[in-house]
Amino acid sequence: MSATDSTTALKRTPFHDIHVKLGAKMVPFAGFEMPVQYPTGITAEHNAVRRTCGLFDVSHMGEFRITGPQAVAFVTAVTTNDVAALAVGQVHYSGILNDRGTFEDDCLVYRFADHVMMVVNASNKDKDFAHISKQLSRFDVKLEDISDHVALLALQGPEAQKILQPLTGVDLEAIGYYYFAQGAVAGIPNVIVSRTGYTGEDGFELYFDPAHAEKMWDAVMRGGRVTPTGLGCRDSLRLEMGMALYGNDIDDTVTPLEANLGWIVKLKKGDFTGRAALEAQKAAGVPRKLVGFTVADRAFPRHGYPVFVNGAPSGEVRSGTMSPSCNVAIGTAYVPAEHARPGNTLEVEIRGKRFTGTIVKLPFYQHASHR
Amino acid sequence: MSEIPQDLLYTEDHEYVKTAGDANVVTVGITDYAQGELGDVVYVELPKVGAKFGKHDAFGTIEAVKAVSELFTPVAGEVVEVNGRLDGEPALVNTSPYGDGWMVKLRVANAADKNALLNAAAYAAHLGE
Repeated sequence: MSATDSTTALKRTPFHDIHVKLGAKMVPFAGFEMPVQYPTGITAEHNAVRRTCGLFDVSHMGEFRITGPQAVAFVTAVTTNDVAALAVGQVHYSGILNDRGTFEDDCLVYRFADHVMMVVNASNKDKDFAHISKQLSRFDVKLEDISDHVALLALQGPEAQKILQPLTGVDLEAIGYYYFAQGAVAGIPNVIVSRTGYTGEDGFELYFDPAHAEKMWDAVMRGGRVTPTGLGCRDSLRLEMGMALYGNDIDDTVTPLEANLGWIVKLKKGDFTGRAALEAQKAAGVPRKLVGFTVADRAFPRHGYPVFVNGAPSGEVRSGTMSPSCNVAIGTAYVPAEHARPGNTLEVEIRGKRFTGTIVKLPFYQHASHR
Repeated sequence: MSEIPQDLLYTEDHEYVKTAGDANVVTVGITDYAQGELGDVVYVELPKVGAKFGKHDAFGTIEAVKAVSELFTPVAGEVVEVNGRLDGEPALVNTSPYGDGWMVKLRVANAADKNALLNAAAYAAHLGE
């Protein structure tokens, strides 16, 4: 509870003044001043997203634009998923690895008719840019960091389409999950309307010119059915869905195979950074796996608490919280692969006492509205 | 700006002390400022009646959605009552920190301990309000 007197200047998103006016609690996050919650509180915001609709400012995220004749080939070489398999107008989740086969970051990849866009974590953006730039000389492409020119709002919740459709001529019904379209929204031209999100609920992520930030926010909020939602509930929502958070569930000590993200790794697509290491791990056997667990006692696992399997240390809790939707304490941890089965137990040490956790099938929350 | 009732005493760790009736028994909870900083409280772990604590001992734990925090005794004493309602309704700490969200009642071991606590003005100054 000490006052922040950080000497590094924090960046602000184009929605900063709106958050302050709404009474948001602003915290330093990935070099930005971000709203962790509004006066409504994390639990109410979480429930609003599950039941109606929430609006997140996620403009801190980084965007890279890759143009040139070999844009697809370049992104194929620096990420794990198969970009060539994407249709124009389609998005996928992917990983950026190093030669050890561990994560530098996770990302979204958007395929446009004439270019590719990567969306990366704010905390890793500069590192990612330097890392993938090492491959540039092999390709006829141009790589640009356009993050400062992009505002990003995530409208998330079962009512998202009903709320957004009156604001745009883009036919939202026609956009499938992990597809996107472009058009005017609230009179703002060239908005990327992407049916994606980090909550499990149906919803849209809107990428647009930051000059129109306030106009977009006001237009989406106008009907009165949308709750401003902060990073606090974004974390509980994504964890209930078992979606990985870089820095918690995945980092540069973890491979996608260990993180249950084998589905974003396409070993047959051709060469990419980290492929050799993943093939070697696959041949040797994956030693540990990320699992989700619940704790019946009212003792909540949190990031960093020690984990034990059959009495032996098994790393630390990667993510943990009290799940507002499931009303139980939930967490993730890496356990020996042979132990990674629903019903098996582990122990979490919480303030010197050990509590039993039961491994469960992910996602924790089974009733999300995404398509 | 948070609520700081004039008739209570405070610690720098954001606990408050309320005396009513019996001057030797105090009610302890966390301040409005503290609940606001913690956010939604989801669990409060409290000691049993009869437990004895020194001054500034950890007597419990408060779990909020985003953070966990220790509770410290403002004065030395013995627990004479705990707020059982918090077991089922931990959010009372948020909605009524000075009322239904109280945590324990302590029989004060050393009356002089209270002299070291902050009054409302001093606590407000501590918060910079």
